[in-house]
Amino acid sequence: MSLSVPHALSVWHRNLAMYRRTWKWNILPNFFEPVFYLVAIGVGLGAYVQQMGGLPYAAFLAPGLVCVAAMNGASFEVTYNIFVRMHYEKTYDAMLTTPVEPDDILAGEVLWAVTRAGIYGGCFYLVTAAWGLVPWQGAPWALVVILLTGLLFAAIGLAFSLQILTIDLFSFYFTLFLTPLFLFSDVFFPLAERLAGFWLWVAEALPLLHPVRLARLGFAGRWSPVMLWDVAYILASSAALLWFCRRSIRGRLMG
Amino acid sequence: MMVVEAHNVVKRFGAREAVAGIDLSVPPGVCFGLLGPNGAGKTTTLRMVYGVIRPTSGTVHVFGIDVAKHPRAVRSRLGVTLQQNVLIEALSPVENLRVFGRYHLLERSVLERRVEELLDFLELRSHAHVPVKHLSGGFQRRLAIALSLVNDPELLILDEPTTGLDPAVRLALWARVRALRAAGKTVLLTTHYMDEAQRLCDRVAIVSQGKVLSEGAPEALIATHLAREALECECEEREVPVLLDGLPVAHVLRTGDRLTVYADDVSAIADVIRARDGGERRTLVLRPTNLEDVFLALTGSTLEGEA
Repeated sequence: MSLSVPHALSVWHRNLAMYRRTWKWNILPNFFEPVFYLVAIGVGLGAYVQQMGGLPYAAFLAPGLVCVAAMNGASFEVTYNIFVRMHYEKTYDAMLTTPVEPDDILAGEVLWAVTRAGIYGGCFYLVTAAWGLVPWQGAPWALVVILLTGLLFAAIGLAFSLQILTIDLFSFYFTLFLTPLFLFSDVFFPLAERLAGFWLWVAEALPLLHPVRLARLGFAGRWSPVMLWDVAYILASSAALLWFCRRSIRGRLMG
Repeated sequence: MMVVEAHNVVKRFGAREAVAGIDLSVPPGVCFGLLGPNGAGKTTTLRMVYGVIRPTSGTVHVFGIDVAKHPRAVRSRLGVTLQQNVLIEALSPVENLRVFGRYHLLERSVLERRVEELLDFLELRSHAHVPVKHLSGGFQRRLAIALSLVNDPELLILDEPTTGLDPAVRLALWARVRALRAAGKTVLLTTHYMDEAQRLCDRVAIVSQGKVLSEGAPEALIATHLAREALECECEEREVPVLLDGLPVAHVLRTGDRLTVYADDVSAIADVIRARDGGERRTLVLRPTNLEDVFLALTGSTLEGEA
């Protein structure tokens, strides 16, 4: 283990320095996407839905979309952006001429992806709270869920990005992985009411399901033992994937 | 103590042997050049010197420290300019320098002082606050070198520092490298330009196919392998014995249709060849012998590739 926190923070700071210059162009598309879903599905389609999960439809939808915003924020960072830094801009090759080590790069990038998840998820939470769809008191818990979502999807995205050799494969990641997750992870409808028995157990493997459940229960000020399982799933999967990433990034950068 | 000391270093990537047993000793305060064609193993050797890759076998010590064991300790005391400029295009030179200074954990006051020094030293001040993407290739290269100097390194490593730059920029960069050496820094560079190695380096190692073929001061290398002067002309194979019969020629090299003869005084030889030329008046080039000739003599190919 050769992680040095100050060096990892210098990697994080590099991204921050760049983001401060480019955020205006970055934040808009990522930020508006869940807003459009909220308006079109929550308000538009929601007008034809009496209730879902005991809530008006837009209020049912909002917590899941907060997680989706965080997922998107982290995912773009650890897929396209990391790939470009690694293979085209050679950012990491330059870092490795300094005392920065691969573990520091990994930690710095994860921290940055979590930061971006925080920015996107946080902004979206503020929109939904101002709209009255989620309570303001849920804010501290929202921050926890958003950061956990960022961590999980940073780890998943990195594990993928460190395996592939061509940038084109990210369209598979987004279209065949993130999009179905988005559609089938309790965001739009309660899985528990549509699946039964064995399939409900299988659904527990879906990564986005866990943050969404944490958000929906937690924002409403409710508590359930299943939330322990959700937190454990997120932390354990992230740890396992990042452990795997440590080896991959060494191979990629020091081969 | 040597600044860089490499012993019998081998690096294999799968079945390919990129470095096939290199020994290097770089003494302090010199400019040391690895001269060789693309693919000779120069960059791989450098990467082992700053410890980003480990040798398959052999050892590399920098400042007397085993790089494979203590990469952070070594890298905090050296600077590297990579072949490709790695700059944040949206940010200005000053911002790029600050970001890079943080990788070395420099204190803010130290960093700000260092940024000021480097803006002057590499003549970056005129565009210190302009986003890098608007700057010329030569300016970007100077900034890339400035980044590698931000920690005030004892050893500066330059991978192909002037490849792709125009002649004026090359001259300016050479002057900066000389100034650094004059200030007591050790410089280790790679190049496939014979003139760069000859004009800049105190010592040169000629590298081909992962091996050091010969090493020493440029003049000494020339004196060891060839004579002081060279004469070049176009001629066909069958003409060679006729033209050169009985002349005091030290070495003869043929590459394609080109004949090069080496001797301590080629002007006398030129007169004889002219007399034997049968009125053909072919063009004769008389020039000092250079490192490219040495490379050619050692490998049978030119620095730009196969002859």
